[in-house]
Amino acid sequence: MFFSFMLLFSRQGKLRLQKWYVPLSDKEKKKITRELVQTVLARKPKMCSFLEWRDLKIVYKRYASLYFCCAIEDQDNELITLEIIHRYVELLDKYFGSVCELDIIFNFEKAYFILDEFLLGGEAQETSKKNVLKAIEQADLLQEVRHLIKITVDK
Amino acid sequence: MALKIVKGSIDRMFDKNLQDLVRGIRNHKEDEAKYISTCIDEIKQELKQDNIAVKANAVCKLTYLQMLGYDVSWAAFNIVEVMSSSKFTYKRIGYLAASQCFHESTDVIMLTTNQIRKDLSSPNQYDTGVALTGLSCFVTPDLARDLANDIMTLMSHTKPYIRKKAVLIMYKVFLKYPESLRPAFPRLKEKLEDPDPGVQSAAVNVICELARRNPKNYLSLAPLFFKLMTSSTNNWVLIKIIKLFGALTPLEPRLGKKLIEPLTNLIHSTSAMSLLYECVNTVIAGQYWFSVGSKELCVQKLRILIEDSDQNLKYLGLLAMSKILKTHPKSVQSHKDLILQCLDDKDESIRLRALDLLYGMVSKKNLMEIVKKLMLHVDKAEGTTYRDELLTKIIDICSQSNYQYITNFEWYISILVELTRLEGTRHGHLIASQMLDVAIRVKAIRVFAVAQMATLLDNAHLLTGNMQRNGICEVLYAAAWICGEFSEHLENPMQTLEAMLRPKVATLPGHIQAVYVQNAAKLFATILKSQEGNTDSTAAQDTSQLMIDRLPLFVQSANLEVQERASCILQLVKYIQKLQQKDVEVAEEVNALFAGELNPVAPKAQKKVPVPEGLDLDAWINEPPSESESEDEQPKAIFAKEEPKHSRPRHTEVDEKELARRREARKQEQANNPFYIKASPSSQKVYQDAPGVEHIPVVQIDLSVPLKVPGLPMSDQYVKLEEERRQKERAEKKKKEKKKRKEKRSGRGKKHDSGPESEEDITPAHQVDIVTEEMPESNCASVRFYLSRPLADSEKLPVRSHRAAEAAKSPAEDGETENATSLEPKKKSSKEKREKKKDKDRDRKVMVKCWIHHWDCAFFVFIFFCLHFLTGNDAYHLLCSCKSDFKGRLNGRWETMSDTVYDIQGNLQDGSQVVVSVIFENKCDSFLKSMEFNVLDSLNSKLQRPEGSGPHDGLTVPFQLPPGVSNEARFVFTVQSIVMPQKLKGTLTFIVKNEDSSTHEKLDFKLHFTCTSYLITTPCYSDAFAKLLESGDLKGSSVRLEGVNMPFHHLLARICFHHHFSIVERIDSCASMYSRSIQGHHVCLLVKTSGQTVSIDAKCDEPTLLGNVLDEIKQTFSQC
Repeated sequence: MFFSFMLLFSRQGKLRLQKWYVPLSDKEKKKITRELVQTVLARKPKMCSFLEWRDLKIVYKRYASLYFCCAIEDQDNELITLEIIHRYVELLDKYFGSVCELDIIFNFEKAYFILDEFLLGGEAQETSKKNVLKAIEQADLLQEVRHLIKITVDK
Repeated sequence: MALKIVKGSIDRMFDKNLQDLVRGIRNHKEDEAKYISTCIDEIKQELKQDNIAVKANAVCKLTYLQMLGYDVSWAAFNIVEVMSSSKFTYKRIGYLAASQCFHESTDVIMLTTNQIRKDLSSPNQYDTGVALTGLSCFVTPDLARDLANDIMTLMSHTKPYIRKKAVLIMYKVFLKYPESLRPAFPRLKEKLEDPDPGVQSAAVNVICELARRNPKNYLSLAPLFFKLMTSSTNNWVLIKIIKLFGALTPLEPRLGKKLIEPLTNLIHSTSAMSLLYECVNTVIAGQYWFSVGSKELCVQKLRILIEDSDQNLKYLGLLAMSKILKTHPKSVQSHKDLILQCLDDKDESIRLRALDLLYGMVSKKNLMEIVKKLMLHVDKAEGTTYRDELLTKIIDICSQSNYQYITNFEWYISILVELTRLEGTRHGHLIASQMLDVAIRVKAIRVFAVAQMATLLDNAHLLTGNMQRNGICEVLYAAAWICGEFSEHLENPMQTLEAMLRPKVATLPGHIQAVYVQNAAKLFATILKSQEGNTDSTAAQDTSQLMIDRLPLFVQSANLEVQERASCILQLVKYIQKLQQKDVEVAEEVNALFAGELNPVAPKAQKKVPVPEGLDLDAWINEPPSESESEDEQPKAIFAKEEPKHSRPRHTEVDEKELARRREARKQEQANNPFYIKASPSSQKVYQDAPGVEHIPVVQIDLSVPLKVPGLPMSDQYVKLEEERRQKERAEKKKKEKKKRKEKRSGRGKKHDSGPESEEDITPAHQVDIVTEEMPESNCASVRFYLSRPLADSEKLPVRSHRAAEAAKSPAEDGETENATSLEPKKKSSKEKREKKKDKDRDRKVMVKCWIHHWDCAFFVFIFFCLHFLTGNDAYHLLCSCKSDFKGRLNGRWETMSDTVYDIQGNLQDGSQVVVSVIFENKCDSFLKSMEFNVLDSLNSKLQRPEGSGPHDGLTVPFQLPPGVSNEARFVFTVQSIVMPQKLKGTLTFIVKNEDSSTHEKLDFKLHFTCTSYLITTPCYSDAFAKLLESGDLKGSSVRLEGVNMPFHHLLARICFHHHFSIVERIDSCASMYSRSIQGHHVCLLVKTSGQTVSIDAKCDEPTLLGNVLDEIKQTFSQC
């Protein structure tokens, strides 16, 4: 399995989150992102969620205005990838409380923390939603109170 | 109040946090870049402060900017500073920034090793967790080496939270620092049975991933995984395990049998599509190890997926279907209806998948139906990309494997003609090359093709609505050429000639015009011929006049080739006209210009033409061009291969006078041509004198809707016709069968009646003569050799198999078996003359040759046998003989050309490799060269070819043979299974060079890999032998030989010699023998004799191998 990377981008093609599990130079990353965002956005809504791209398979899914897009290897299971994407969306939803694009924009580091608790090195490390959220909560508690208050005020 | 505001703004100034930055960027949509550059300046200020909170905030903002595409590598050191903070809040941000921004070439990574180590051993599990997460993104080989041990310790941490992270990150460490795998593996294996399911699943993930790269190492874990598979309820883990088994089964086929039950259960029971899909995929991939029944189940399940309304399932179903198609086309073919339905899907990617499937599904029976369906889609298709894809697929489907599935070529031509109605396709040349190919190779279709092409030419204006952008006009190239070349079939050649000389033709691309002009000349020749018989000569003269009137248009063409051809032909026609006026019959001579049948030439044919002596192809004919010369833009020569017939012989010697005359003539010609730019002011005048074709108004018809061209065939009608024809055939067949049955008065033959018609039942409508790749090879040689023709009975050789030769030889009387062999000819035939040779070789090679000269019907048929063996330490040579029939005619005399002797040698180090040494001996008086050795591979045995060469390419023999010389070449074969004997057919091609001629010759031969060939003489001591028999692993079998009339020690020697056994023990009339195969199978024999009966009891761990070896032994003795 082990994803190569995961990208979140908006319908307008703005990158909202990127996580690379393979070492690539910034230039290469930018190129791939640009290419993929264009390809995925060009697809019609009724089309299936898979496409073959270079030697990878791209699995993407749209949730509201956000596209979640993962790259897997040739032998990997596309359907389980969709399940993983969905699980991540559920986690975001639980954490932010009916998540929207703005939540991810303004708390992008939180979105990363959740992703890091869920996937490690491109592989799902925890299949239980409850455990992931518990770990995040615990870690958040360790953060200074001042910081927490600030976030709640800004929201 | 005021103080509060001031304080707030100061606060903000020093502490613009991430949210402020994001908000700011959103508020500065117009000058985003400018805003961000001020922000970066601020961040730089913040990073200079000592306060870690401010620094962390700055780094957090940088992480965001990095995502937007800004370079933040300059802040790498600050990120390390934040990572090193003792407060979790900042550490978390620091590691996040590092995981997003660092990569292998970031140099500050070196500085982090100690910090990370400290964090890994922190008492706070979240510190450790954050460090592990970060490390997973930026681990370098150095970090992996330095930290491998720390992470390994963490795999046994008390907290499962840390354990699972440590296990997962180990995979990354293995990739970067492979040496860590061996010490860490035992602990990793332990984690498979970790009490925490998360850790367990992490360990499964890692091992599964490792096993995919190198399955061999993980076979021993199979039982453990099998247990996990039957006990686990977590689908994600199950998928991993199934994937792992998918990688292991090829190495251990027995796993397949064990797996099939739980897999089928899962397929039946699971509701999770991802799991179902994984199971199905594994069964499909493990095609060789799973039963047919399970595959049927998979196809059924896939059908359900394809029928699902979810596009994703549909797509995956089709994808998996195409994998089954490769191995079990029959089981997919029954779902044709469903796959055709998918062509109507809204999703283009699904349609393309379905198209791929269709390609593999066609048969003679359904080709027309499928293509008809595709044609409908062509008409409906929106967007040229998909339509072009359909077009190429139709042509691919029809033309695959030499038009194997086409039963009616009239139908195919009609399809091609219908495809020409596509507007704006890029694939005109593809259609054109198909038209040419079919017209040339299928002789029976030419009349029809010519009629169709004539109609196309007539309606050319419909095709070429918008000439410049339209790729479809390429088909006119084919149409013109076919009409010209096969003009004798034209119904109304005059009309076609006029169509080809229309002024509008001048707007076509140059290379097409050139073909028009050339073929107009061919047509002209045909018309002359038909008209010359008439008493009225005016018709013929009118034709010439037409040519003379129209050709000048082409003489002025900007395209050089058009111009050249046109002016040539124009002069020719003018000359003919002159002769016609004198009532001279010219048709014969004009036709001679284009006489000769055009034969298709195989792509490789050129290689077979021997290079004449004294011709050096690499030498420059003229001085090499200087480097600076710019390369001319050549039009793509797609039809180049059809042209060779017209290439004129090169004039090598032209005397000075002639040259001068030509130069003069050319100058004259140039003077008359407006396209030559000359200094003379008279050019303008000349231009105006030229026939004013330019003044004829040309109306461009731009059709937006493709028109049905009147007279063009509709392919549909052929579908109907074909159906009727088949029905008729079927009815006739039934009648015949009924008759037969009546005659037989037996009621058993019912099965033919009701069943669906099988592929073989369909006979092609025309018996078309499809030239395969092989045939033309003989076309290019001056003398034809019928080498592939099967031998007539009278030509057949009395000895068919090499066993006969072995039988003809018995071990020497003194009991020394291996170093001396005598030949005792046993076969008697008055026609045969035999020679025997006894030869003792210095390097322990014994070579026995026996050849039989067989005169029959003036054929000198040559046959030889050879035995050749060597007893080496690491390799063995086995006896193999090869028979070769060869007939060849040279200089009016029948003569043998060459000899080849084969010797197969198994490679002990590699149980799947067999080396065949071939001794080539030249027995004729000519020089042999360019020898190419080729064998038709079977599934089991393959000739190893150098990388990059195709699966059917021959191997060049690396030497040449002067008369009377022999030499040895070795060829390596890979053999998968050694339990069955095998014959491989092969060909040796070579060039025979004489003083005055050289010809191409071919020898067909068969290589016989007997099971005996795979046995190695291996000594065995009697105690080891007894142990082996006691082990109970061996399966028994026995054979009785009757009427064996020879001393017992001869018999044993014969088994040793021919079948590579060694004697373990011998007591009176009883002996035990042993041998071993190259793949390590043990073969034990117990031979007993009483009178003329010999009984052999045998044991082996591979019953099939044993059976075959016994059969071979039996054969050896049956022939004596």
